[in-house]
Amino acid sequence: MLDMKGIARIYQTDLVRTHALRDLTLTVNEGDFTAVVGPSGSGKTTFLNIAGLLEDFDEGSYLLDGENVAGLNDRQRSKLRNEKIGFIFQGFNLIPDLNVFDNVDVPLRYRGFPAAERKRRIEEQLERFGLTGRIRHFPSQLSGGQQQRVAIARALAGDPRFLLADEPTGNLDSASASGVLDLLEGLHTSGTTIIMVTHDPALAARAPSSIHLQDGRVVGNDEAAA
Amino acid sequence: MIFYYLRLAAISLRRNWGQTTLMILAIGLGIGVCMSIVTINYLMAKDPIPDKSSQLYYVQLDNWDPNRPAESPNEPPDQITWMDHQALMSAAKAFRQTGNASATAIIRKPDDDNFRPFLARIRGNHADFFPMFDVPFLYGTGWTSDAHRDWGADQVVVLSRETNDRLFGGEDSVGREITLGNPTEFSSNLFRVIGVLDEWRPVPRFYDLTSNYFSDPAEIFIPFGLILSQGLSRSGNTNCWKPTGDGLRAFLGSECVWIQYWTELRNHQEKADYMAYLDQYVTEQKEGGRFPRPLNNRLSNVNEWLDHENVVQPEAKMLLAVAVMFLVVCLLNTIGLLLSKFLGKSSEIGVRRALGASRGSLMYQYLVETAMIGFGGGLLGLLLTWLGLESMLAIFGSDASNLMRLDLNMVVAAVALAIASAIGAGLYPTWRACRIDPAAQLKSQ
Repeated sequence: MLDMKGIARIYQTDLVRTHALRDLTLTVNEGDFTAVVGPSGSGKTTFLNIAGLLEDFDEGSYLLDGENVAGLNDRQRSKLRNEKIGFIFQGFNLIPDLNVFDNVDVPLRYRGFPAAERKRRIEEQLERFGLTGRIRHFPSQLSGGQQQRVAIARALAGDPRFLLADEPTGNLDSASASGVLDLLEGLHTSGTTIIMVTHDPALAARAPSSIHLQDGRVVGNDEAAA
Repeated sequence: MIFYYLRLAAISLRRNWGQTTLMILAIGLGIGVCMSIVTINYLMAKDPIPDKSSQLYYVQLDNWDPNRPAESPNEPPDQITWMDHQALMSAAKAFRQTGNASATAIIRKPDDDNFRPFLARIRGNHADFFPMFDVPFLYGTGWTSDAHRDWGADQVVVLSRETNDRLFGGEDSVGREITLGNPTEFSSNLFRVIGVLDEWRPVPRFYDLTSNYFSDPAEIFIPFGLILSQGLSRSGNTNCWKPTGDGLRAFLGSECVWIQYWTELRNHQEKADYMAYLDQYVTEQKEGGRFPRPLNNRLSNVNEWLDHENVVQPEAKMLLAVAVMFLVVCLLNTIGLLLSKFLGKSSEIGVRRALGASRGSLMYQYLVETAMIGFGGGLLGLLLTWLGLESMLAIFGSDASNLMRLDLNMVVAAVALAIASAIGAGLYPTWRACRIDPAAQLKSQ
């Protein structure tokens, strides 16, 4: 499903040339739950941005569901991102001016679903995550855990091929973090493919497989938990 | 998606209402000032009779002083003499032709003692005046072009719609009688109403550009000859280059110009033929000792004549340029405000990009928002335009009322200009916002 080979990303300024990723090769198959672990500056975020089609890479190849993403224009990449990838962010990234319903609606709008289909999907996801009673609430009226559940509902509403989670519990207290992790594990159990980026080894340990990054390189591949 | 974007725009504008108000104020103020001036220029410059302006020709004959032109550098006078008017009308070489001149008279209703007489603007003209200038009739018709009647054998009048409202309460007054009297004398004569005009207010009043051509048309129209035979007081410009002698007969035989003369020539051949006729006429007159200057006859169509008479004053054009610059300054302020607004939405833009929005769709979304601001600015601009025109009307008086009107074209133009300006102003901020790196925004939250 996600097949990266020899990916390199170089940031170039007038004075400095930084290799954010070097020769990264990674395959994620349908149904996998993979943690990408590494210290700050190891290239986790760059990997996430490239995997999420938010950033280009300089070398290598990236096939998403068999489609080579190199050379796609902005519109094609946006369409692919909308249809195949669900994002979960550390900071939830809900749009503060929109209520819960409208936040979950955002990716569905770009997909072009008719109104009835959008409504069905939104209500289904909100019910799934116990947010039916919060449908008209704004993000500022929700707890951190509730906001992250809305973000997960939003990520799943369009039935993406996989979830990209960036430190999904980083802004949560331990109880809420545990709840969100339980949710992710539940999603994995039901067949959802998840790639989770984290610096926290304890969190990574909850994933059946993990890869370790350091200085932009893969330095370890752990499938012991699987 | 347009309704979705309109809804998002409404939410966004409501949330930042202070910033929204400032932007609407900036655009509204710019549009208000600009459209006030544009309206005046537009009404000054617009073709008053677009369907026929290229077929109606104003006649100038150079009967002026051999030692100096009527107007520099070598312009013939802008009116013609009674003698030439008679000759051209009698020859009737054009498809249609009319001389016309203005006068004033005291109007009374002979069958109504309670009616308060009033001083009316009279226009003496020939029968062709009405069909030539597409003058619409509400009741009756003009007089016939039969030579006897056209020179004023019958004492008939055509009333403007406003005058008919004033005299007869808007009823069909054909066949009713009024009296026209010289303001300086006590005598007056009966005139029979044969026609009432419908609404007719050409702006500028192109058929007579010799005085206040933005005022209303005449209130009463009479056969040309009646101005003289009834002893009405002429009110237009009269220019002479040599002494006239005493009395009306001497005046009519003089080189004084006081009559505007129009012809309708349907094609280039008719125009060429008529020009040849004018040259021949003047050449003949030269043999009789008139027209001492070199041959210098002119035929100008309506728009050429408006240009020649500088209907749009240079000051008005300069004012228009200043108004446009003011609008540009307002838009530059709007650009700054929009830039601040949209860059403040960086995080939302990052999220939307991550969720599948392309740069194009974000551009569309934010341009809808700027168009909405423009619409608000347009409505405010319309209100300010109306206030501006009303203020100018209060300053310049009712003579300028025909220039200080907002017609439907200008209303649509004001709103369209506001929306287009706002979108224009929004292009750069929107483009900048859409270039924001989503990855950086998502991480920074």
